[in-house]
Amino acid sequence: MTQKNRLASGQLDRNTTLNFTFDGKNYGGHPGDTLASALLANNVRLMGRSFKYHRPRGPLTAGSEEPNAIVELRSGARQEPNTRATTAELFDGLSAKSQNRWPCLAFDAMAINDRFSNFLTAGFYYKTFMWPAAFWEKIYEPIIRKAAGLGSLSMQADPDDYDKGFRHCDLLIIGAGPAGLNVAVTAGRAGKQVILADEDFRMGGRLNAETFAIADMAGADWAAQAVAELGTMPNVRLMPRTTVIGAFDHGIYGAVERVSDHLATPAKCKPRQILWRIYAPQALLCSGATERPIAFENNDRPGIMLAASMRAYANRWAATPAQRVAIFTNNDDGHRTAQDLHAKGVKIAAVIDTRADAPRSYDYEVLQGAQVSDTKGRLGLTFVEVSQADRSTRTIECGALGVSGGWNPNLHLTCHQRGRPAWNDDLAAFVPAGTLPPGMTVAGAANGLFSTHGALKSGADAARKALGLKGRAPAVPDAEDAPVTQTPFWYVEGCSRAWLDQQNDVTVKDVKLSHQEGFRSVEHLKRYTTLGMATDQGKTSNIGGLAIMAELAGKAIPEVGTTIFRPPYTPTAIGALAGRMRGKEFHPTRLTPSHYWAEERGAVFVEVGNWLRAQWFPLPGETHWRQSVDREVTATRASVGVCDCTTLGKIDVQGTDAAIFLNKIYCNGFAKLAVGKTRYGLMLREDGIAMDDGTAARLAEDQFVVTTTTANAAKVYQHMEFVRQCLMPDADVQLISTTEAWAQYAVAGPNSRRLLQKIVDAEHDISNEGFPFMACANITVCGGLRARLFRISFSGELAFEIAVPARYGDALMRRLMAEGEDFDVTPYGTEALGVMRIEKGHAAGNELNGTTTALNLGMGRMVSKAKDSIGSKLSERPGLNEPDALMQVGLKPVKADDKVTAGGHLMNATGPVDARNDQGYVTSAAYSPTLGHMIGLGFLKDGSNRMGETLRLVSPVTDLTVKVEVVSAHFVDPEGERVRA
Amino acid sequence: MIINHPLLGPRDSAEFVYLGAADLMKRPDPETASADDWHDYAYLRDNPAGVHRELWFHEGGDRSILIVTRDTTTHEISSVELAREVASK
Amino acid sequence: MHDLTPITALGGSAPRVDTVADVTLTEVPDVALASVAARRGHEATCAKRLKTLLGKAAPEPGHAATGKDYTAFWMGPDQWMLSADFDTHEDIAALVKTQLSDAASVTEQTDAWTCFDLTGPRINAVLELLCNIDLTRFDTRHATRTSIHHLGCFVMCSKAGQSVRILGPRASAGSLHHAITTAMTAAL
Repeated sequence: MTQKNRLASGQLDRNTTLNFTFDGKNYGGHPGDTLASALLANNVRLMGRSFKYHRPRGPLTAGSEEPNAIVELRSGARQEPNTRATTAELFDGLSAKSQNRWPCLAFDAMAINDRFSNFLTAGFYYKTFMWPAAFWEKIYEPIIRKAAGLGSLSMQADPDDYDKGFRHCDLLIIGAGPAGLNVAVTAGRAGKQVILADEDFRMGGRLNAETFAIADMAGADWAAQAVAELGTMPNVRLMPRTTVIGAFDHGIYGAVERVSDHLATPAKCKPRQILWRIYAPQALLCSGATERPIAFENNDRPGIMLAASMRAYANRWAATPAQRVAIFTNNDDGHRTAQDLHAKGVKIAAVIDTRADAPRSYDYEVLQGAQVSDTKGRLGLTFVEVSQADRSTRTIECGALGVSGGWNPNLHLTCHQRGRPAWNDDLAAFVPAGTLPPGMTVAGAANGLFSTHGALKSGADAARKALGLKGRAPAVPDAEDAPVTQTPFWYVEGCSRAWLDQQNDVTVKDVKLSHQEGFRSVEHLKRYTTLGMATDQGKTSNIGGLAIMAELAGKAIPEVGTTIFRPPYTPTAIGALAGRMRGKEFHPTRLTPSHYWAEERGAVFVEVGNWLRAQWFPLPGETHWRQSVDREVTATRASVGVCDCTTLGKIDVQGTDAAIFLNKIYCNGFAKLAVGKTRYGLMLREDGIAMDDGTAARLAEDQFVVTTTTANAAKVYQHMEFVRQCLMPDADVQLISTTEAWAQYAVAGPNSRRLLQKIVDAEHDISNEGFPFMACANITVCGGLRARLFRISFSGELAFEIAVPARYGDALMRRLMAEGEDFDVTPYGTEALGVMRIEKGHAAGNELNGTTTALNLGMGRMVSKAKDSIGSKLSERPGLNEPDALMQVGLKPVKADDKVTAGGHLMNATGPVDARNDQGYVTSAAYSPTLGHMIGLGFLKDGSNRMGETLRLVSPVTDLTVKVEVVSAHFVDPEGERVRA
Repeated sequence: MIINHPLLGPRDSAEFVYLGAADLMKRPDPETASADDWHDYAYLRDNPAGVHRELWFHEGGDRSILIVTRDTTTHEISSVELAREVASK
Repeated sequence: MHDLTPITALGGSAPRVDTVADVTLTEVPDVALASVAARRGHEATCAKRLKTLLGKAAPEPGHAATGKDYTAFWMGPDQWMLSADFDTHEDIAALVKTQLSDAASVTEQTDAWTCFDLTGPRINAVLELLCNIDLTRFDTRHATRTSIHHLGCFVMCSKAGQSVRILGPRASAGSLHHAITTAMTAAL
């Protein structure tokens, strides 16, 4: 297919043709094209359907502010809805589809909505789908969801990768137009670390779209030369295809770099996009300006676009939407479009200027004091009707109409920290004002300086000021410096269907209706009419809505105010926000020192926080987890088992005040603990609730090794630092985590000592006399390797924990297995560990659940009255010490086959089952292979005085009622004889 | 936000863990404090729209706890101190 | 001499080496580490003894210093991490404690960390995808703690823009290695 509307020159590589499809039809374009420019060159104006009325639409703009030309790019898993054709860089093989139409773009069944537009006015949804309320979820919402929305998702996982990154600079320049380029050149030559980011793939901004000269060269060439010079500076980083989406606190900016969006698929291992966090103490916003439309009857037909965008298509992309075009303007800028297109051989049907004194031209007709009153053409513009100064009407044939209502500075980023812009009467536009984000300066058109000279000069000046550069300012190259005044002209009187927000189908009439119905705050207007709430966030439409509101309210525009601009500046893919943190990489994984060995043994792993721990070790023939777990428990209690407990937090506490420090953080006493001894410790929060428990081993007068639960390791360390730095600043205490430094294994069971004696070097006496219960020591194993040994037990058996430097953990585990063969040593996982601790009645996370006190846990007497510790005072509160306080108890089913489940509640044997009669709840439950039935731990009102009582364990959720007997929580070896054996 | 660490210079607030109001440092004297004092300390916090002294733990850094004086309405930080040095005075 | 065979943090018997284009990531298991924290009231003595041990002043915040046997970097107020060759200093904590005596608390840290060297002319392109260090000012002998994909790590600059050493939590060596090699392929 020929590119019928392709003009001469432009910034395209004409030697290469790129083939692409739109709605299945083949077209050709060139490198440098966007999808929109290539389609226009191929005489395609119709590119989409509107959101609500499904009106045929073509591109309104040539940039990221585009409301209409929204398409689906690519197919399969890479299908990407709601992509602006005006920014989609053309590549060979690109396939695009129009959206929001069925069955096809030229005939869309849902366009019937357009006929019922009188019913679909502002607030339609609010008014219509109110009653009956029950209909909302079942009927209204599904229908609306189906009919509304633009593109469709592929419903497949995004196959591409996204990265996040961090960059630092002295100066971030946002926008590489004339202002931004001159800033970059000034700052770059001064040796500053500069980042220049621009959303376009070609830097230069409007210079690429204009025919102005700078100095003695074309503006686009000047831009290219500046970019080339900047490219040679090692201190300047050019970031094209990068949109700065937000200005955050203290000079942190978010920016999305589209690394591979212009390729069919990203290169191998390369990301699709990168979300950069840019740290910049100074930033220069050089984001330019956006042209604004004028609203008139049927102003949304394909072919009607902003005049400066039409000019950009002609100059930069050598494309015109039609061979015969008209211009509708209220300012001089519209005439530039006419001149440039005329110079390129496009027929100018007329320039329709609202001003009675509009400049005349020899090249084409100018209609002074005229307005466009209506347009024709169902799928594309064919005629415009003009109401002339003398009130006569004239019909003008044209395939495109360029509309210019003046310019608005792109000041969005100045408002990201609640800065509010100010109205400038000369420009009839909002300009940056008030409190800008710290370190931000605005230059060029973004600051209301619309001439090229103004952009260049303000850029250089702002750069020098922001960076504190001294010396004489370099000369500003010659450039156009036309004075700019803008007289507001928002809409043509008497129109009924004049579109303000073309993406969300909001008309002038909707705004008037909203005002009539009392929605008079600008924020209410926005939500009631949905003006500015589409993917373009009203970049071309908000100002028109405000102006009409102001008019209706008889106020000035600044009195009406603006809505708040928030990040992101343009739509941002969720994938970019996620970066690499997807699936398995959502968080880091921590492996225990015995992990590879456990993997070889076929262990089943469970995630515990970030840790992967062996849950159980199935043997051949075992088909159910209970078989493995029961065997592991039984074998450990019968002989010896080994479990990796490295994951417990270990904190090295040293210093002459270490014991005093532990006295403060634990509710029980540590000052008198002898060197070589370990003690159980309970930590309270200041409000008297239990926080964590563990052991502290005194390895020297001034050194303890404190253990925490796996889950609370980081939190406990943080708490200890708080106490050390904020409450005991003068104490001589030093803390450091050593969790991962040591591979630590529990060796439990009646044969544990015999097994360890084969490994611990002979000079260390680990007999019951030489190394009694709760002893600890630095020892050596396997012929001299430094190790730590603790005689502590979680299982209730004779048990030890042995630690060696982590790199030897794998070898030590294999050695324990080899040496343990004589005793049928059994590795056990977290399930067996859990069963054994329940059998022994040891509290764990289920019991230390953030609501329980030392008293509840049966450790009330541990809270020392002889000293002050964190939480000791508030643990004495009467409310926590009622006579019927919950007490930890054991529970066993009256019928041995009955189930005990955690989470169930305890009720008296008779009486109602309700919250008022609640007696407590079950925290942990397991099948005890030792006892041959299920057992549970729980909290029961006045529990310690209710041994032997029968209760009902109920779980209304699972419809469970079981009779249970209250027993001691110490199901196994209640006298503790085994641990001392 | 950027917190200007007294020893390390400007650091991203993402490296820190927020620990709450700096009043947490004023733990009541266990010898003399009343039940009300303890109640206030454990449960009552000001929630000012304006200047707030608060604790930030540099978990992803040097493990110092900093007292950051921050305007909660603008995020402007007017002072950053090492909590241990302040507590030790 | 004991007879247990160590494995590296990545689980191998030999250190892992990965090269992408002109950047190489090398697992470095032969580093012994110990933390040194001055005892309260003995800060000056500790600094003095550290100076003797290192042969130069203990590094300032954000910095590292390399002496004859030991390299030290600043970890926190009056706290440093010392590293030395593993073969000669496996029991580094005991060796350092002998020198610093009651002026400091010393804790073995060797196997708390996994150590990687990242070298090559374009390492900054890799690092900027991993952590928020200001690479425009990260000069030789600078050292800082930073977060790499949610892992608290130390990064030391051995040669600006050319070589860094990364210490990360040992148990997450696999995740850290994955993050770095992924960034290498993405950036280079």
